[in-house]
Amino acid sequence: MLLEVKGLQAGYGQIHVLHGLDFIVEEGGVTALLGANGAGKTTTLRAICGMIRTEGDITLRGERITGRATEDIARRGLAHVPDGRGTFMELSVEENFRLGAYVRSDGEVRSDFERMFEWFPRLKQRWRQQAGTLSGGEQQMLAIARALLLRPKLLLLDEPSFGLAPLIVQEIFGIMRRIRDESGVGILLVEQNANLALELADRAYLLETGRIVVSGPAAEIREDESIRRSYLGY
Amino acid sequence: MSASENVAIPATIPQAVPVRRGMPAWQVALVVLGGLVVAIAPAFVLESFPLFQLTMAVIMGLAVLGLNMVTGFNGQISLGHGAFFALGAYATAILMSHLDWSFWATLPVSAAVCGLVGYGIGFPALRLGGLYLALTTFSLAVAVPQILKHKSIEDWTGGVQGLFLVKPDAPAWMPGGLSADQWMYFVAIGVSGVCFLLCWNLIRGRIGRALMATRDHPTAAEAMGMDTATLKTRAFAVSAMVTGIAGSLSAVAVEFVAPDSFSLMVSITLFVGMVVGGVASILGSLFGGLFVLFVPNIAEAISKAAPGVIYGILLIAFLFILPDGFAGLLRRIAARLRGRG
Amino acid sequence: MDGFAHQIIAGIATGGIYASVALALVMIYQATHHVNFAQGEMATLSTFIAWSMVEAGIPYWLAFLGTVVVSFIIGVLVERLLMRPVQNAPVLTHVGVFIGLLLIVGNMTGWIFGYTTKVFPSPFASSGPLMGGLVSAHELGSTAVTLVVLILVFLFFRYTSLGLAMRAAAYNPRSARLVGIRVGWMLALGWGLAAAIGAVAGMMVAPVVFLDPTMMTGILLYAFAGALIGGIDNPLGAVIGGFAVGVLENLAGAYVVGTELKLTVALAIIIGVLVVRPSGLLGRVVTSRV
Repeated sequence: MLLEVKGLQAGYGQIHVLHGLDFIVEEGGVTALLGANGAGKTTTLRAICGMIRTEGDITLRGERITGRATEDIARRGLAHVPDGRGTFMELSVEENFRLGAYVRSDGEVRSDFERMFEWFPRLKQRWRQQAGTLSGGEQQMLAIARALLLRPKLLLLDEPSFGLAPLIVQEIFGIMRRIRDESGVGILLVEQNANLALELADRAYLLETGRIVVSGPAAEIREDESIRRSYLGY
Repeated sequence: MSASENVAIPATIPQAVPVRRGMPAWQVALVVLGGLVVAIAPAFVLESFPLFQLTMAVIMGLAVLGLNMVTGFNGQISLGHGAFFALGAYATAILMSHLDWSFWATLPVSAAVCGLVGYGIGFPALRLGGLYLALTTFSLAVAVPQILKHKSIEDWTGGVQGLFLVKPDAPAWMPGGLSADQWMYFVAIGVSGVCFLLCWNLIRGRIGRALMATRDHPTAAEAMGMDTATLKTRAFAVSAMVTGIAGSLSAVAVEFVAPDSFSLMVSITLFVGMVVGGVASILGSLFGGLFVLFVPNIAEAISKAAPGVIYGILLIAFLFILPDGFAGLLRRIAARLRGRG
Repeated sequence: MDGFAHQIIAGIATGGIYASVALALVMIYQATHHVNFAQGEMATLSTFIAWSMVEAGIPYWLAFLGTVVVSFIIGVLVERLLMRPVQNAPVLTHVGVFIGLLLIVGNMTGWIFGYTTKVFPSPFASSGPLMGGLVSAHELGSTAVTLVVLILVFLFFRYTSLGLAMRAAAYNPRSARLVGIRVGWMLALGWGLAAAIGAVAGMMVAPVVFLDPTMMTGILLYAFAGALIGGIDNPLGAVIGGFAVGVLENLAGAYVVGTELKLTVALAIIIGVLVVRPSGLLGRVVTSRV
């Protein structure tokens, strides 16, 4: 098992947002975490990578990571593309790439750069440019590339479609499909756009006010009209 | 929600309020009377040097109060209030030694000058805010002695030599033939007492709330229609005035002003007094004054450098352990005693 | 005319010192958004440490190196022990801790080493004036040392991955954690570097102004002015600003206000820059969050 979450509780200050989540992410493939605004999707990702105070059991390939510092969790192979993307706006694309691979000591960083250029050719053109001057879609691509350069076991993606034009969203999801098929990295995807996410995902969980209400193979959820009507609203 | 929670919460809170509000008139009178006795007694009990020290402690307390008005209550960090202290001291000293004015006549002039300069400095301060204001006022504090020494104003300031002046004598109508030291003490507590009352009155009312709202939630305060810019510049003016009056008092109490008595250390001392006494506390300012006067005296016995080191250590210790200062500590002890009774 | 040229060159020499201290200030500001009011006192302490090593017979450059290392460690310790516990406290608390540090370090220095003024050696042989009397060996040497330090710092931040990580931690600590950077240590490292740079500045200025516990107080003011001219979050700007202030101060001192008001010149620059252009002449416009 890549990621196993048991009895996850988390919140901000006095406010509890998550009330005991149980879920798993399998090796390879995409797991989608769906739900309305305020259901606790972003909070779940923050809890997993140690950005907020958390109770419960989170294990990454059998190793418990609950309560560890964010940087230690990253060093154990968990990459996170947070809401707001988490790129370094003041630094160049090149420097963002270098930072993505900051903790790696293997000799394959350069060849991974090439791989990123294959997936994100636009970033190669912007190589020396300051990240803050990129378009929204390019910044999202940079954020994903930066996260992948960690060579993570698990990649957390928080709403990669947020604030982007539909055409750009199509482009990004196309790239993500390639990444899913070519890289073998496990992805936990949080998305508002359930239709898009379910197309990409193998498995999905549906979150409502801090609890998981539906889980199952993505294809089944997509087909289930009652779930679509009551939770996904399309 | 359980039933016991519902009962427990209201049981503790209302109790504290009636005790404060409902103090009977005779108790208030007793407190005031007791306070007066405590304030007056030292003049007749203490020898002349300790009395002088106490006079200076009260004066420093007043200066700290001035700093507290702008930094504590209004959140504009000043590390240069020594400049206003110096300005007040020099205003009084120049008027007394060059023009033979009486001390009392110099006070309103000194207050007005300091208030005006404070108001003037309040404007650039508006644009700075936070750290930049601290940095600028710090630089002002460093530059003060150099400005005071400058040749172009030497005829008035006495340059490096400074100016000598004489304590006012006790007026003839006072009974019992007070010595100059005793009278100086009464002058200090009288003037300071009036300033403390005025500041207290200002802070507990609408203006005080506006000052603190501007400090804590500037945007919200502005959104509620407060003119934060005017509030801030006026806070600076009042603050400079109070610290300036303290400077005037210190000039006559010490009977001497000179540039090197107004180094960066004065500003830092006031800052230390404010933190140790209690940030945003009227009464805390008085504790601060007592602290900055008596602690260095004790420490100086160890080494010339000791007061500074002890200041520094205590300042950091207070910030870590008691960020609301001595006044906050007393408040908490009082609250606990009330809670128990 | 020679007089004028000398004023400019002397200004560049002292400007190098201001540039170093300004750079130290900017480094801490960039990493933590604090202005270290105790920067001057820390540099003075470092210079006294160098002085005791030289007095003990250690060769100058060895003492120099030792001082830089010790200062670095002091800087790291200060961040870990004093700044870390209050990192989420309000600005007033930070300013208070810096003032406390200034008091402790400054007075400790006086306590340990005494308040008498000491002569500090210059490593550059004073074989008489150079370039036709325009510049002394020490002025030339200290400017060179300053430039070497500045270039090293630049190379470190630009080309090493540790330098890059420090910049990342300063710009965006949240994202820095996500790529595995230990942000807390980066801040401590920044403090260490700032203390080391300050130490170099102290050792370079001490032969000129003589060594005593208050040696750096005025210099800190010029460094403030330099850092502000350049924009307080712009390292290169701080360096240029430092040199500019050095020249300006010398010219103003020689031709306009006289030496008695030099500190006031610094004060005027500080107020002028902050009021007219708070982001500095070379800085970026900083927008603040509501």
